[in-house]
Amino acid sequence: MLELVIISTLNGVLYGMLLFLMASGLTLIFSMMGVLNFAHASFYMLGAFFGYQISKFTGFWIGLVAAPVVVGGIGALVERYGLRNVHRHGHVPELLFTFGLAYVIEEVVQMVWGKLPVDYRVPAVLDFPAFTVFGTNYPAYKLFMLVISVVIFVALLVALTRTRVGLIIQAALTHPNMVAMLGHDVPKVFMLVFGVGTGLAAVAGVIAGPALVTQANMAGLLGPILFVVVVVGGLGSLTGAFVASLLIGLVQTFAISLDVSVASVLQSLGIDAAPSGGVLGDLWTVTIAQIGPIIPYLLLVLVLIARPTGLLGNREA
Amino acid sequence: MSDLADIAPSGDWTQAGRRPSIRPKGLSLAAQGLPWLLAGAILVAAPLVFTSGTALTMMSLMGIMVVFSLSYNMLLGQTGLLSFGHAVYYGLGAFFTVHAMNLVAGLRLPVPLPLMPVVGGLAGLAFGILFGAISTKRAGTVFAMISLGIAELVSSGSHILHSFFGGEEGITANRTKMLRLFDLSFGPQIQVYYLIAAWCLICALAMYAITRTPLGRLCNAVRENPERVEFLGYEPQAIRITAFCLSAMFAGVAGALAAINFEIANSAYLGVHQSGVVLLATFIGGIGTFIGPVVGAVVVTLLQVSLSDLTEVWQLYFGLLFIAIVMFAPGGIAGLALMHGPLIRAGTAHRLLPAYLLALGPFLLLLAGSIALIEMAFRMLVKASDGTEMSLIGISFDAAHILPWIVAGAMAVGGGLALRAVLPRVNAAWHEASDAAKEKLA
Repeated sequence: MLELVIISTLNGVLYGMLLFLMASGLTLIFSMMGVLNFAHASFYMLGAFFGYQISKFTGFWIGLVAAPVVVGGIGALVERYGLRNVHRHGHVPELLFTFGLAYVIEEVVQMVWGKLPVDYRVPAVLDFPAFTVFGTNYPAYKLFMLVISVVIFVALLVALTRTRVGLIIQAALTHPNMVAMLGHDVPKVFMLVFGVGTGLAAVAGVIAGPALVTQANMAGLLGPILFVVVVVGGLGSLTGAFVASLLIGLVQTFAISLDVSVASVLQSLGIDAAPSGGVLGDLWTVTIAQIGPIIPYLLLVLVLIARPTGLLGNREA
Repeated sequence: MSDLADIAPSGDWTQAGRRPSIRPKGLSLAAQGLPWLLAGAILVAAPLVFTSGTALTMMSLMGIMVVFSLSYNMLLGQTGLLSFGHAVYYGLGAFFTVHAMNLVAGLRLPVPLPLMPVVGGLAGLAFGILFGAISTKRAGTVFAMISLGIAELVSSGSHILHSFFGGEEGITANRTKMLRLFDLSFGPQIQVYYLIAAWCLICALAMYAITRTPLGRLCNAVRENPERVEFLGYEPQAIRITAFCLSAMFAGVAGALAAINFEIANSAYLGVHQSGVVLLATFIGGIGTFIGPVVGAVVVTLLQVSLSDLTEVWQLYFGLLFIAIVMFAPGGIAGLALMHGPLIRAGTAHRLLPAYLLALGPFLLLLAGSIALIEMAFRMLVKASDGTEMSLIGISFDAAHILPWIVAGAMAVGGGLALRAVLPRVNAAWHEASDAAKEKLA
């Protein structure tokens, strides 16, 4: 039992930090432009595929640096030549634009790398068990992922709150006209933030690619969860996104390790009254592990009923 | 640093591409009914003109898609609610219809097949009330995200509730095992087509009628300025939820028609992909007008069927078309076409022709070059093992050579540059023509 708790906590925190790495970029972009970038998970996927492709020629470490730079560059170009033009039509077309972009990126990735998973592997240097708990080896690569996520989180926080660039960005988010008056190029700041945000997603992609499966549907699998994170946390709230990321990471990891259903609980109490067949029978025998994938969405609906602003958000969006 | 912004202004995006109507007010009832009689005549005559089996199947699909797109436009176009989960109601409508068909056939109840879409509509309405109560509290981005969450919830849930949704295989039904009226078996596709066409016309008429009611006007008002609606003494959420439920009901009817057409319902019906398709279709057609979603449904069904025969990467073109519409023509295809209406009526549209003809060449060049580049890249990256010999519009070449790439690249870049050079002329011609039209009308 303790073994299960420790391993699940470790994995849950790891998954949560990866979610946060992406959610932070998404939240930054949302705060800046007021639009949720539907294609954010697509940039994560691009990060994984570019990381795979670059590391094939140069090794993992150069890929880790180069892929986010390339993807961030693509993100900046998308902002400059795409989003900025749509911006004048309002927010719904912006959302639609990023929706179309996600669609196109998925098609392009399928076209270039095919529909099957690619052979993106953990670098040999990190391919060893870091430590052993209760006879289970915990891979060093997962520890490395955790460290990278924490380092980037801290770096982002320091850059935003303690540096001059961060000051200008924060000011441009809330008072763009004032910042422009002071002589800063606000559109350029927006382009930069969009590039950095998509670059952050790409970092998550490069490091998650070898641990999870790198294939053309990975954006579709993760995208909706990412929105759950930002909405549950509270739109535009970075700390909210952090809390929600960890919450969803932990809840989902614990759920998949619980092989318990209503029927099995009642049986262990000595009651054997399962309805046979039908929808009720399905509900009776479904295990918590099976409903793991829908728990985030249940959480989303429940949070929005109870607290429409999200956990830490303080504005109605 | 916890809260970065508080910007969420609502744009006037639905106004884009819309022109003030110059149609005379108070049209007679006959004139109002004319388009509907025409639409009915087209629906009746279509299978007599396009007699092939493929055409019949395609027209049935179009009819289903028209109902689905129009119901989606009640949300997006009329009420300004961007939903990423409209297929939930479509899919649930289909599932309930299939179960109802099996029930009716099993118990030999005296219910004929043409009434089955009522079941789908009621299912859509019921779930619309349930999910609408949660999701319509807010509009804008949050509504979009909740609709996505509910869509994921339902489509993931459909895998768990195996006995109702039938898992991967889905649930099948037999449409011929129902009570027969007038000796209609609904075995042949032509009978199913007429059933779909009839329901399509009824639903379209009903949805159009809704836009004319005070409710329809309030939906528009809620889209434009919810605060002001509240000042007028109406509850924006009540209006949103009414529109949401009605829209879900018609989506359920569309799902029921699909279930009757395919005699099966599976979990793909409620998936996020299906929600995406209806969003693409509605927006490509145009959300500013009633005819837009109809055009979008027809065009997208046509593209889905014919493009998928021509090229394997058709979904890429589909996505690129959507982005192009979002960026350059927010009014959609119908919006673009209707822009010219006032000019044609004023008799100044012909002044646009030289500029349009001038732009057509570079545009086609850009299009051809880009398509060639995409197709060659697809051949080299995905199909390289089948050989690099390929042909486009009858021209055979080897994609491994550099020459085709240079030609296609030059066409794309040259076409793009020429189009950029010509666009100011098109713009000027447009202004000249519309100014002339205003003078004539004034």
